[in-house]
Amino acid sequence: MLFYHHGYASGACVCVCICCVFKSCCRLCLQNSELFTLTYGALVTQLCKDYENDEEVNKQLDKMGYNIGVRLIEDFLARSSVGRCQDFRETADVIAKVAFKMYLGVTPSVTNWSPAGDEFSLILESNPLVDFVELPDNHNALIYSNLLCGVLRGALEMVQMAVDVRFAQDTLRGDNVTELRMKFIKRIEENLPAGDE
Amino acid sequence: MADEVLFDFLHMEMVSHVYKEHKSSKGESESKERAVCVSILEGMGFRVGQGLIERMTKDSPSFKDELDMMKFICKDFWTQVFRKQIDNLRTNHQGTYVLQDNKFALLTQLSNGKQYLEEAPKVYLAYSCGLVRGALSNLGLESVVTAEVSLMPSCKFQVVIQKL
Repeated sequence: MLFYHHGYASGACVCVCICCVFKSCCRLCLQNSELFTLTYGALVTQLCKDYENDEEVNKQLDKMGYNIGVRLIEDFLARSSVGRCQDFRETADVIAKVAFKMYLGVTPSVTNWSPAGDEFSLILESNPLVDFVELPDNHNALIYSNLLCGVLRGALEMVQMAVDVRFAQDTLRGDNVTELRMKFIKRIEENLPAGDE
Repeated sequence: MADEVLFDFLHMEMVSHVYKEHKSSKGESESKERAVCVSILEGMGFRVGQGLIERMTKDSPSFKDELDMMKFICKDFWTQVFRKQIDNLRTNHQGTYVLQDNKFALLTQLSNGKQYLEEAPKVYLAYSCGLVRGALSNLGLESVVTAEVSLMPSCKFQVVIQKL
């Protein structure tokens, strides 16, 4: 077992659910995110076996995240019924307060805006993906949660935004917080179907 | 929290990735490729199943017998992992169990009917079989778990407890 230590994660899932009146229901609710977290860990472990170096694993995680993101956006729009965002600031708020909360049960804070307003940071006090995870020594270049970058990139591309997402800080690598840095590259023009010109 | 959607998407992507990665260029038979995919996904599921059951049962009293454990799998485990209980459990009381789920969570997105019937069981359910086998393993039961689909989204998991 490459990554796991058996302990009880603190703050594994912050879930305020109105159905949790009974203790047994609460136990289930609290533990639902573990399936995803543990599955993700198994995936990263498998990728580390499949590929020789961390860079390649990072790339694969990003690619897989992208494939998930382009589908997840539809689910998100259906569930949340948020309208079109007016600007990048609104996009940032929706990502942090609605999307992250909905899928990962955490609300990162939005900070460190660039003067041009085209770049910001999402700060996560705790990253649900890394519950139960420790990086072994020989994986210094591994960006464990890189799937997230791909998901955000793919999802936003489907709403006509080209962005660059990367991890600026990572608790797994010893930083105090996990920080995602998101930069707006450009607006993607909607592609007209061939023959419509 | 909609994290079950996240799991569904992750699972889909995982299966797709493993399948693409192990598509042999040497012209090996498709069934051999599939066997490799199945074994990888099943192995991943096995370890996750072990972890999940450990956390689920840490506060529970120990089980009376094998049937008690299988019922736990059908109710509590299935509810946490696949969001509903098993619809039907059959056993020959000699170590073989058939768990029937009429609306298996991971198949509902695929199709309602006969489409994908070829690919579905082996590769797509491999991870889930591993989850069950891993869970049972941590409960002290070694088993062989296979899945069979005759009509989506209903499927049957066959568990054969290995007597040591």
